[in-house]
Amino acid sequence: MEYSLFILITPFVLFLLLGLTGHKMKQNVAGIIGTVGMGFAAALSYMVAYQYFFVIGKTAGVFQEMIPVSFEWLRFTEKLHIDLGILLDPISVMMLVVITTVSLMVHLYSLSYMHGEKGFQRYYSFLSLFSFSMLGLVVATNIFQMYIFWELVGVSSYSLIGFYYTKPSAVAASKKAFIVTRFADLGFLIGILILSYYTGTFDFATLTANHAESVVTSMQGLSFMGLSVAAWAMALIFMGGAGKSAMFPLHIWLPDAMEGPTPVSALIHAATMVVAGVYLIARLFPVYIFAAPEVLTLIAYIGAFTALFAAIIAVTQTDIKRVLAFSTISQIAYMMVSLGVSGYGGHDGLGYMASMFHLFTHAFFKALLFLGAGSVIHAVHSNEMKDMGRLHKFMPVSSWTFLIACLAIAGIPPFSGFFSKDEILSAALHHDKLIFFTMLFVAGLTAFYMFRLYFNIFWGKEKAYDSHHKPHESPALMTVPLIILAIYSIFTGFIHFPEFISSDSTPFAAHIEWMHVAIPSIVVALTGIVIAFVLYFKGSEKPVQIAKSLGGFYTATVHKFYLDEVWMFITQSVIFKLICKPIAWFDRHIIDGAMNGLAWTTQKTSASVKGLQSGQVQLYVWVYVIGSLLIAALALFL
Amino acid sequence: MNILSLFVLVPVLMILFLFVCKSMQQIRTVMVSGASALMILAVTLTVMFLQERAVSNAEMLFTSSTMWYPSLNIAYAVGVDGISVAMIVLSSIIVFTGVFSSWNMNMAKEYFLWYCLLSVGVFGFFISVDLFTMFMFYEVALIPMYLLIGLWGTGRKEYSAMKLTLMLMGGSAFLLIGILGIYYGSGHSSMNLLEIANNLHIPIEIQRWVFPATFLGFGVLGALFPFHTWSPDGHASAPTAVSMLHAGVLMKLGGYGCFRVAMYLMPEAAHELGWIFLILTGISVVYGAFSAVVQTDLKYINAYSSVSHCGLVLFAILMMNRTAMTGAIMQMLSHGLMTALFFALIGLIYGRTHTRDIREMGGLMKIMPFASVCYVIAGLASLGLPGLSGFVAEMTIFVGSFQHADVFHRILTIAACCSIVITAVYILRTVGKILYGPVQDSHHIGLPDASWYEKVSAVGLIVAITFMGMYPSGASELINNSLMPIIEKLAII
Repeated sequence: MEYSLFILITPFVLFLLLGLTGHKMKQNVAGIIGTVGMGFAAALSYMVAYQYFFVIGKTAGVFQEMIPVSFEWLRFTEKLHIDLGILLDPISVMMLVVITTVSLMVHLYSLSYMHGEKGFQRYYSFLSLFSFSMLGLVVATNIFQMYIFWELVGVSSYSLIGFYYTKPSAVAASKKAFIVTRFADLGFLIGILILSYYTGTFDFATLTANHAESVVTSMQGLSFMGLSVAAWAMALIFMGGAGKSAMFPLHIWLPDAMEGPTPVSALIHAATMVVAGVYLIARLFPVYIFAAPEVLTLIAYIGAFTALFAAIIAVTQTDIKRVLAFSTISQIAYMMVSLGVSGYGGHDGLGYMASMFHLFTHAFFKALLFLGAGSVIHAVHSNEMKDMGRLHKFMPVSSWTFLIACLAIAGIPPFSGFFSKDEILSAALHHDKLIFFTMLFVAGLTAFYMFRLYFNIFWGKEKAYDSHHKPHESPALMTVPLIILAIYSIFTGFIHFPEFISSDSTPFAAHIEWMHVAIPSIVVALTGIVIAFVLYFKGSEKPVQIAKSLGGFYTATVHKFYLDEVWMFITQSVIFKLICKPIAWFDRHIIDGAMNGLAWTTQKTSASVKGLQSGQVQLYVWVYVIGSLLIAALALFL
Repeated sequence: MNILSLFVLVPVLMILFLFVCKSMQQIRTVMVSGASALMILAVTLTVMFLQERAVSNAEMLFTSSTMWYPSLNIAYAVGVDGISVAMIVLSSIIVFTGVFSSWNMNMAKEYFLWYCLLSVGVFGFFISVDLFTMFMFYEVALIPMYLLIGLWGTGRKEYSAMKLTLMLMGGSAFLLIGILGIYYGSGHSSMNLLEIANNLHIPIEIQRWVFPATFLGFGVLGALFPFHTWSPDGHASAPTAVSMLHAGVLMKLGGYGCFRVAMYLMPEAAHELGWIFLILTGISVVYGAFSAVVQTDLKYINAYSSVSHCGLVLFAILMMNRTAMTGAIMQMLSHGLMTALFFALIGLIYGRTHTRDIREMGGLMKIMPFASVCYVIAGLASLGLPGLSGFVAEMTIFVGSFQHADVFHRILTIAACCSIVITAVYILRTVGKILYGPVQDSHHIGLPDASWYEKVSAVGLIVAITFMGMYPSGASELINNSLMPIIEKLAII
């Protein structure tokens, strides 16, 4: 399967080609080159997936890991070296399919959406760079390769969020995204350092082999401040994952990242990059469960809290992209929770499987939601819900596909989200009741805020649209990707996931628990939808009244619980004013002052003693005589 | 004739040719051909070195020695190992690109005379293995700085030139004490580094005071806290190419000296007293980065960033293991290249906007796209983007330092790691402020983008940065194998 290397090489070559020569090309040419290239990579990914799962298949009942390409890139010590390579196993192959599919859809969609934008070629070259980095991340054979591509992903995200670089808000958002994730990456890096120091390897296979034997034995009995060193290392690595995957309290960059072009949000900030954290935990799952189970519990609780927190905020937002952003945070938190409550091996590993399953289905319906939102924004030239309403009759394709995605995310059978979310709830139920009920409640909230969005955009009251610029359905280049993704959102739920992906690569059977999980979750989701229908379908005054009656809580939610302000305070007032400024002052006045003082003292001293070197012979004789007399006197009296 | 001596001879010849030059055209011809010759020589040397090393296991290659002051055993002794080769390559790149960045200097002839003299000192320093000759070249490299800044500089140039020279001279005084200490401590029979390292021994009582003096002497040039304050003022006042050369190469003299003289000759004292300097360098790393965050002058930002990055060099050297030291040398290369690029671009921007205050600029990406993109690349290299040189150097340092068996060292490493976040803050702040956003000053609209000679300089540096970032094992192996002698010496203790 050496040809899998071309999945990586293609986007990289495209990046160089479009980045270096793009400005000399016509826009369409650049766009088409980019799209065709991505199509090629997608075709290869599907081939790899087909071959991996169906042609090679299982050996001894499990899907084997394959490393078709690997070479040493940089050697640190005898044992530690960074290799670059391609690791094919069920989850990485699945990710290849997800990334290339969504990326191809976004490439296609952008041909029309970004048409005529200044910097169109640049846009495509960054899209290619992103695809390259993301693909490199998922096929990483070792943790350092993952870190390398992790950083590259961060930079491509930075450049795409700041695509409209003349807009100050976009610049600020891109900066924030980069710095917050960089801060999280610091944890990741330190985690890698600790882990590799004890185990002497970066290699995923060695780290996870035999129930993470290398980690467990090498760090046995070591503890620091009441926690085992292994737990510290894994918690720090999770910090990196939490940064990219926007877990509380590192989620603050994601809503702002919506400043980027909408297709970018669909690709990076919904379907692919933001699940990198989940993927990282999944990749190291055996290490977590055998060496640091307490961290896994932490992950479950942080996930559950984030899911709830983000869902509450999503209810009150009015910018449609922000609603989707918070919904993304909430859904990724589902995946985290699922990993957190999972066990290992066979049916115990249900949570692990469910997490990957949800990652898979979520990628398609969330990308669909974002692209649908883009289509709407394209039509009404606004992100605000108040400028939308009754769009169903103007843009039927967008409306229908959006509805499908909403049903999928709300967890209504037979749409894909139902199946994956159901497995997550099942896994939670058998692990921790508190988490189960939280997640169930969040499922209801999800259904509610998604349909609030849907009804507000496509139904509700018709707005006074400019008669010359009546909203109209987007061109085929945009609607075709919507339709394709809608098909994915309907059917991907029927894939029997445990057959392909499980915590120990051994297939198992999973059933829907109708009585305890499925029916309650459907009821909860339907309740959410019905409430949304009552409040928003016709457009009434009730929502405003409810908001008023909630008072302070509502305001706090609209302001995202003031977390942005808290971060602002920490960075601006504490770090900038209380650390950086004093240090700079200290440097200029104390350290440099000491140097200048030294120079000044030297000058003064020499000025005061220069009288002695006057060159007047009388003075010298005078000093000589007095001096001799003094010495003589001393000699006499002592 | 030894190929190494050519590195000194070429700049000397350039000086002679410059004397007879009549026009700007001729001066440029001399400079470009001379600098190209140095580049070619450096490449040839690398190739020859790699071939030679494959068959020989001598510590230094291409050695030769001519006694020129027998009563003190001072010889013109030359020789290179992988580390000096790496430094020579770096210097030739910076000298070459620096010529293009000073294309339109006034009083060009005089300027380039000093410029060539500085090159003589730099190359001479890296090829020497005789302590006194090394010291002599070191001084040759420092003195022209005074005139280059004092005459061709901007702002408070006299003050800065004086400050820089005096502080570095202060360092030299310590250094001289150190060198004499080494010479007499080892039994005043040789000034040759290899001779002292392999055959002679300096008693620990002497090492205890000679090591700090030497380390401090070189450390001043390597921007060791708290003796770094010449750097912000000096860089801010220096003309573009001088800043490039100074941050790119001269500051490396400090790191190289600490490594080659202080650590190599006095390993016992390094073990005993290293921790003091380790703390100082650790402070440099974080302190420099924090200071850079609030600066508003582009050159000050960069100068403090250099304090932080060069601090990392000394920090890694003091970790005394092979990986960390490899990282230190790689960081020297990487920092040299990217700071040179930064200063080249700052000079370019300043030449057009006549300001270096980031508050007075904005939206330059629209006005000078080429220069701005290069600036972003320099910034990304500085904050450690994989694929560019900064990443591989920093990661080698962090991984290497963390292998230290002592917990104190590992904790210090974690503290040093924090600088990667702060670096991101000040780089993105600067980039966001001056390149992105709306155009701040309407006078800036219509300013020309980089000219061809500025492009040569920027592209040359970017190619080098990318090459090193993509193919790090080249640099790593070149350096790594040459570290054995010093690692063995440090390990014996």
